[in-house]
Amino acid sequence: MRTLIRRFRRRALALAAVVALGAVPAAGCGPGGEDPAGRTVLTVGLFGSFGYQEAGLYDAYMRLHKDVVIRQTSIQRNENYYPQLLTHLVSDSGLADVQAVEAINIAEVTATQADRLEDLGRVPGVRREDFLPWKWRQATTRDGRTVGLGTDIGPQAVCYRKDLFARAGLPTDRDAVGRLWAGDWRKYLETGKRYRDRAPAGTSFVDSASGVLSAITGGSARRYYDEDGTVVYQSNPAVREAWDIAAAFATEGLTARLQQFTPSWDQAYANGTFATVSCPAWMLGYIEDKAGPAGADRWDVAAAPRPANWGGSFLVVPKSGRHRAEAARLAAWLTAPAQQATLFRRRGSFPSASAAHALPAVADARHPYFGDAPIGRIYTRAARGVPVAVLGPKDLVIAQNLADVGMLQVDQKGRRPEDAWDAAVRTIDNALDL
Amino acid sequence: MASDTTTTTGAPAAPPPPPAPAGAPRSAWRGRRHRWGVRWGPYAHIAPFFVLFAAFGIFPLLYTGWASLHRVELTAPTDMEWVGLRNYARLLDDEFFWNALRNTVTIGLLSTVPQLLMALGIAHLLHGRLRGSTFFRVVALTPYATSVAAATLVFVLLFGRDFGLVNWVLGLLGAGPVDWQNGRWTSQFAVSTIVIWRWTGYNALIYLAALQAIPDELYEAAALDGASRWQQFRHVTVPSLRPTILFTCVVSTIGATQLFGEPLLFNGSAGATGGSDHQFQTLGLYLYEQGWVNLHLGRASAIAWAMLLILLLAGAAVALVRAWRRRTR
Repeated sequence: MRTLIRRFRRRALALAAVVALGAVPAAGCGPGGEDPAGRTVLTVGLFGSFGYQEAGLYDAYMRLHKDVVIRQTSIQRNENYYPQLLTHLVSDSGLADVQAVEAINIAEVTATQADRLEDLGRVPGVRREDFLPWKWRQATTRDGRTVGLGTDIGPQAVCYRKDLFARAGLPTDRDAVGRLWAGDWRKYLETGKRYRDRAPAGTSFVDSASGVLSAITGGSARRYYDEDGTVVYQSNPAVREAWDIAAAFATEGLTARLQQFTPSWDQAYANGTFATVSCPAWMLGYIEDKAGPAGADRWDVAAAPRPANWGGSFLVVPKSGRHRAEAARLAAWLTAPAQQATLFRRRGSFPSASAAHALPAVADARHPYFGDAPIGRIYTRAARGVPVAVLGPKDLVIAQNLADVGMLQVDQKGRRPEDAWDAAVRTIDNALDL
Repeated sequence: MASDTTTTTGAPAAPPPPPAPAGAPRSAWRGRRHRWGVRWGPYAHIAPFFVLFAAFGIFPLLYTGWASLHRVELTAPTDMEWVGLRNYARLLDDEFFWNALRNTVTIGLLSTVPQLLMALGIAHLLHGRLRGSTFFRVVALTPYATSVAAATLVFVLLFGRDFGLVNWVLGLLGAGPVDWQNGRWTSQFAVSTIVIWRWTGYNALIYLAALQAIPDELYEAAALDGASRWQQFRHVTVPSLRPTILFTCVVSTIGATQLFGEPLLFNGSAGATGGSDHQFQTLGLYLYEQGWVNLHLGRASAIAWAMLLILLLAGAAVALVRAWRRRTR
């Protein structure tokens, strides 16, 4: 009987793991080595879609370094990628030569895994002054080792549907739309009410209350932790204000009651059932993918009510890699201003290297899918006002439970915001194990 | 690795050695070697399984038990801090654990009972004279051969709130759209549907095999005694199938206790919460959340062992009831 248990459990777990981990880990686990031609094989382990391959950056690097071959693996969701990265780091095996880390996890990685990572601040060609100072600091340990180099940041705008705005009697010009809510998320809420009163049938103002929550929270310096590393989200007025405004979207019936990054959210893009969505720079590509050709000439980008940052990533180089020096050189090159500018132009990931912001490839960039919106100008301005966030090791767990337990209950189950808040706090308390 | 072990350790029991000139000492040695081979050969042949089982079955089981007595995080799995039975004690007033246990039981009942009843019915149909019976047997087994991921993703779309097929059909029938994912019972029903879909055919084939082993004479005798079809089913088929039914119940119970993939993926790849209110979070899912989302390996290990203990307790309870019934009979 025990055999049965084990076999059953193993089968279920193996299946689920393969599924959950995006069905590609096997290839990502091979240790870097050399190919038959004797060239150094560097592996890059990523999550989501970084676009290095698509933007041709690997090919460019391999043309510069004839003795290097780059192989990339990618896992769709960071929630699945990150536990695997941690497991590999602590067991010193199965790691790629270069690994990505999401901004929400960088505090935990810097605090707990720094001695397993290379100090990239000392790699030749890496210039500290090229990067946004706060981005640089987020991956730097107390004793001054910089274990991660910033790739992109997520300054926010609001993406909106021109056609739906027109039918609801709202302005459609991006500057006029930005002025509707400039300076205050509550004005965004008021605009939502105006939209609701004349909304085209079957559409809502915004996709989800959780999306609004993430967007507003990303605008405050202190979120879930204070500067001493104490968990303060419960008493932090900024978090409560973000919660109240986001919950008002749900209780006022302004949301399409969706959960972000799920199949029904994707379907809603394709079917065009909501008019606005909080739009960090990296979201542009996602919308273009999901809304598809049917959404062309319908979407546009306007400035967000207040500057805020959502997401962004880092590259780290594990010490257990076989080609640490080569890997560090590659990470430095991929995150250098010129390459970040290319990535923005080709993929919409906004540079964390401030030196890239003035380059024409960034400053003058326009996005054809979004009505030729001047995304360079919009996001550069948004990035300038982003506050320096205080990060903590369990940011992911707190943010995820506030969104996927608390705010989702308000939005989808119609629970009272106070009750949903309590439910989220109980889940977070259990998860943090304080 | 398995084949290596077989060839090396299996050598003593290998086919007879080449013919050699007969001599008394030599044949004595051969006899000894033969006896040795007869005695240990079988063990050598089954050794690979046990070696693998020890490495991938027993060791993880024991190590999980050891870890469950510690505070240990995924960020540093080698830093173990002894906490005794604290991880188990806190399960007693862990609302999420009890919620997950309740969900596991209700989803287990919702999926296992209809599944086995339907399997019995399908087996009965397949057992009768049927054109293209092989075809139908293969069809019955197809869902079992489908990946749980593919199946669940399809079911997520079917049970979608806004654009799902199930709600579309309900709409045609005049019923309002159902938010399958957010209701406690609707979500558990939906998850159970996936389980039923996957495992009914598999159980049906097991029942079919058992049905085919029942001698026709029993039915003939029953028919001569004037038993109706229903009486034949009750008094011949069911008693003959009893051991098989017991087997499928045990296997399904174990499967239901460890249900993981279906509820994880039913959440639309949005994590291991089992819905915003944990309404379909099973024990397996809660274990995963504690271990790989919250990174508490010690607490996750305690949940894993609690699941094993629950199964053993259930088994012991069944054994007690059966012993008691045998004595009172």
